[in-house]
Amino acid sequence: MSREIAVVGTGMHPWGKWGKNFVGYGLHAAREALAEAGLEWTDVQYVAGADTIRNGYPGFIAGATFAQALGWSGARVSSSYAACASGAQAIANARAQILAGLADVALVVGADAAPKGFFAPVGGDRPDDPDWLRFRLLGATNPLYFALAARRRMALYGSTSEDFALVKVKNAKHGAANPNARYRKETSVAEVLDSPIVASPLHLMEICATSDGGAALILTSMEFARARGLNPVRIAGLSTVTPTFPKTVIDLPDFATDAAMTVAEPARPFRADLAHTAYEEAGVAPADISVAEVYDLSTALELDWMEDIGLCAPGEAESLLRAGETAIGGRIPVNPSGGLASFGEAVPAQAIAQICELTRQLTGRAESRQVPSTPTTAIAVNQGLFGHGSATILTT
Amino acid sequence: MAQKVAVEGWFSVEPAALVGTRCTACGTPYFPRNEMACRNPGCAGAKDGSELEPYTFSTRGKVWSYADARYKPPPPYVSPEPFRPYVVAAVELETEKIVVLGQVVPGVSVDDLAVGQEVELTVGTLYTDGDDDYLVWMWRPAE
Repeated sequence: MSREIAVVGTGMHPWGKWGKNFVGYGLHAAREALAEAGLEWTDVQYVAGADTIRNGYPGFIAGATFAQALGWSGARVSSSYAACASGAQAIANARAQILAGLADVALVVGADAAPKGFFAPVGGDRPDDPDWLRFRLLGATNPLYFALAARRRMALYGSTSEDFALVKVKNAKHGAANPNARYRKETSVAEVLDSPIVASPLHLMEICATSDGGAALILTSMEFARARGLNPVRIAGLSTVTPTFPKTVIDLPDFATDAAMTVAEPARPFRADLAHTAYEEAGVAPADISVAEVYDLSTALELDWMEDIGLCAPGEAESLLRAGETAIGGRIPVNPSGGLASFGEAVPAQAIAQICELTRQLTGRAESRQVPSTPTTAIAVNQGLFGHGSATILTT
Repeated sequence: MAQKVAVEGWFSVEPAALVGTRCTACGTPYFPRNEMACRNPGCAGAKDGSELEPYTFSTRGKVWSYADARYKPPPPYVSPEPFRPYVVAAVELETEKIVVLGQVVPGVSVDDLAVGQEVELTVGTLYTDGDDDYLVWMWRPAE
């Protein structure tokens, strides 16, 4: 039995700081995705919302919030919260409904209106909340964790600050060609290294900003797409596996890893396992991948992800980057959208936006940022908090 | 001015040590303390918390990575005014094969640290609320 489903519509609200309610961004993205699919809102049988923590209950139950904004239609609904992996969880929910034969047409939608500056824990005195405690006891902001990963990479592989800055230069160039990106200005290594250090070794321009934005997809069964005469991009594999004990790589908001004292660490760390599972499900190998969207929360993390998804061996990401192989026009373009470097974080929309970008790349509709020779196989990966993450394989 | 701990039950002051729990069935140690159930899925223990006993961690390890904070974090971090940058290290304890984060003692900058360097646990003042000093575990270069 084929486990594929079809992506027949993509939509986005441009990222930025617009100062509006998150619902509006999602509504805009949903309508654009429906129009691209040539479907009406009333054709949608299932709404999968990716939740935000903004605006209280309407954000916590974003599926219903978007359904109400579009006009109550009796569609079935779900809401997913998994921090940065929320959008991927919503896609996974929609895919399962379609593969189970419970729906032919699903809308996946996520949007956010993030405040300026560091992400902070939910308000109030919350001494039993590990996310609250990491700020109180350690002062460990998200960028501090990104910096720990970056420094570790420097020590293991000899990565330099110039290497990290070069990731930003590449992604800024890609983003400059993307009308949905927030930052649309090219930059230089010198400019990146001249920006203030937030958490050494990382500079302000190497850490993704917080943004407003929205993204949506229309997903259908392959049968439905064929009946409409469409030749859609397919989701061929989608992994949301949790880590395997003991998890030995420290991620925010953890105070410590699991101890590997009694059980040896697994052969594949968490991020690599996310990708590996998706590859297996899709029957695709890393060598088949011709374009990737990875979670560049910081410049250095993009290099880690390249290795985790098997684009190169550990320690070799810098040489691919320096040779221009990860730029549009290179052998394996990474983040042709401009990545989080150009978009910033609109948390629940991010994983959905990755699939929007890859769908447009695989159908040759990415305009001036189009990867040459229209690619046929792509991967998107992300990581949320507390062991959430996803890898999605798209094929033509 | 009295000294108080910034969090109860996570560390001892004299001697300075992290205090967590350990599974009596499989031996896995946990920090921060885990009192719910052993999380090793292959462990045959009771998994109702009765298998977990207090455990004091070893106090020396090697720096896995480190970073500093140059901008004031949002609350609930309690910052002196003006803000003072601080360093956080991720340290791997050889005995337990666990990586634990902690602030590095004041006066040590990122230029004084290296991955693989030996460090040891101590206790220092995290913040002062005007009446009391609040203590937390910290790393310092090993002597």
